[in-house]
Amino acid sequence: MHMHKLEKVWLIFGISCLIIFLTTIGVSAFYLGNKPPSCLLTIDPEKVDQQAPFNKPGLHKVEGKEWDYELVYVASAFSYNPGQVEVPLGAKVKVIATTKDVIHGFEVAGTNINMMLEPGYISEYTTTFDKAGEYLIVCNEYCGSGHHLMFSKIEVVKK
Amino acid sequence: MIHTYSAKVKVDPKDAKLSMAHFFVAFGALALGGLMGLLQTLVRSGKFELPLGIGYYQILTAHGVLMGLVLTTFFIMGFQYAAVSRTAGPHSNAARRTGWIGFWLMTAGTLMSGTMILLNKASVLYTFYAPLQAHWIFYLGLTFVVVGSWVDGAAQIMTYVKWRKNNRGKPSPLLSFMAVINTIMWIVATLGVAATVLFQLLPWSLGWVDTVDVLVSRTLFWYFGHPLVYFWLLPAYMCWYAIIPKIIGGKIFSDSLARLSFILFLIFSIPVGFHHQLTEPGIDPAWKFFQVILTFMVVIPSLMTAFSIFATFERYGRSKGAKGLFGWFRVLPWNDARFIVPFIGMASFIPAGAGGIINASNQMDQVVHNTIWVTGHFHLTAATSVVLTFFGISYWLVPHLTGRKLTKTMNKLAIIQAWVWFIGMVFMSGAMHIQGLLGGPRRSSFSTYGDSKQALEWIPYQIAQAVGGTILFIGIILVIIIFIHLAFFAPKGEEEFPVGEAENLEEKAPMVFENWKLWLGITAALILFAYTIPFIDIIQYAPPGSKGFKTW
Repeated sequence: MHMHKLEKVWLIFGISCLIIFLTTIGVSAFYLGNKPPSCLLTIDPEKVDQQAPFNKPGLHKVEGKEWDYELVYVASAFSYNPGQVEVPLGAKVKVIATTKDVIHGFEVAGTNINMMLEPGYISEYTTTFDKAGEYLIVCNEYCGSGHHLMFSKIEVVKK
Repeated sequence: MIHTYSAKVKVDPKDAKLSMAHFFVAFGALALGGLMGLLQTLVRSGKFELPLGIGYYQILTAHGVLMGLVLTTFFIMGFQYAAVSRTAGPHSNAARRTGWIGFWLMTAGTLMSGTMILLNKASVLYTFYAPLQAHWIFYLGLTFVVVGSWVDGAAQIMTYVKWRKNNRGKPSPLLSFMAVINTIMWIVATLGVAATVLFQLLPWSLGWVDTVDVLVSRTLFWYFGHPLVYFWLLPAYMCWYAIIPKIIGGKIFSDSLARLSFILFLIFSIPVGFHHQLTEPGIDPAWKFFQVILTFMVVIPSLMTAFSIFATFERYGRSKGAKGLFGWFRVLPWNDARFIVPFIGMASFIPAGAGGIINASNQMDQVVHNTIWVTGHFHLTAATSVVLTFFGISYWLVPHLTGRKLTKTMNKLAIIQAWVWFIGMVFMSGAMHIQGLLGGPRRSSFSTYGDSKQALEWIPYQIAQAVGGTILFIGIILVIIIFIHLAFFAPKGEEEFPVGEAENLEEKAPMVFENWKLWLGITAALILFAYTIPFIDIIQYAPPGSKGFKTW
């Protein structure tokens, strides 16, 4: 099987780019800690309301952790609890969420917070809110006839 | 490649009939699915509401099933069946009977699932994620479609095997080889979706079991879901590699490298489903990244494809006396619909592929996951690159099969159709990409999300999508007109089924390419490597199962 010289050059160039590229995202994910949300904790989807931390949805100050606040959400067709929350500017927040029924999305528009909520699983993502303003949380996975009416809001405020 | 194609220039009329049966279903699905698509974009513009209590998510389900599953599967099976008949000789009676059984199974399944969607018993979208629970007939219908496609594909494999038996030691005709690769990839891939439907969703929707393991079901679905898109793409590659060279009057750059790239697609298309599940809980991030690496291996055959297609163009141009670095570009047959329609598809694959690289880039997926960017992406890949190539194929294949001619008028209309499609897609897909970057979700009816400032910014893009959707619908009307004309009204005559020849006829493709034990073995080994441990983890650490929900 014969391969043209220019094709070899083209493939070596392409594959080198690929290696550089994969190394970049690999280092970013595993060394700098930018892994996509992949929480491995589970929960009984029928008993979400009785279990911590989902028995108290909302923003909670925490001590002695790498983050300052925990922001807990319970999703169900077609709403998030809480429906509105205020977060202090610059706070490092761990968002913790799950669903009581079908699969929902959890996307904070304009940020990198974007994760699937699946029954039986807890989803987490830690981030710093460093820009003031109102952020829309939108369900971005189809969950039924009211899917497009499912949202919540985060107000990032100077305190 | 020392054998010759010329002895079998025409597809056997009995085979032509079965291919055409596939195309009638495919283009019927296109017409209906296109109407659904138009309605969706209109609703999402906020200026229009659906009449008669029809739900947005009902037509969204219909659009996805008709376009993503019915149009594609029927077109591909019909095209590959004809391509094998053309290059490996007419199908035997047994193979043809097998093909018809497959066709009717798929058609029956389509009608079953379609009826349930119309009755609003299955508004679960074409991905039918549990624990949304559709009517069991919807799942049974999908089973029929998948099993039917296996039977249908078996007809192609039977004829390929017969050819190999009669031509020992020779590499099989390129188009037949490619069709068989795609069929085999399809069969291996659909095992996943068949497993979740048969062992999880059907018993659960029938009430035989109470709960379903959601993550197992999703993982099996996406084991199938990514090779699904390569199943759409490879027939387009068949046209680009092996048919376009003949249409322009050039040669296939390298028969062996074309085969090698198809084998790489077979190997690397399947063990990559996690890149659709990057933002999901319950899957170890190391395994996600491992499958991301495997995902990017398809970049290699993609680069090979791009090189060899443009090499064919350049060599043809220079043989016509073109000078300069890009002089060959001008002498390509821009007035031939059989060339330019797939060419527009081909060119669209450059931005489409670049977008795909972003989607699969592990953490970068968080920026675009489930936003309407993704919808914009696959309307460039599937709904432009693939579909325009399919249109381009049907403009010569349909008259070839019906014993008619592609007339000058129809050729011109076909070129107009492709440009209409392209312009419509620039508006629609372009606006979807931008809105997605701003955070706009996919698969959602019109909403201002409580007059959120961010959501209000998305609305102009939704209006642009409706403009694009309307232009695209005109494109669909045009393609249906051309199809009906070529099937029933075009003047009788002989339309060529173009099959390219390799530039170097002395260079025989290595026989190792036809060693299926080897390639299937590697495919299976990679799948087992990429999936076994994470899959055991998913089952072992599974939460309590979910009961069914009907939230529509």
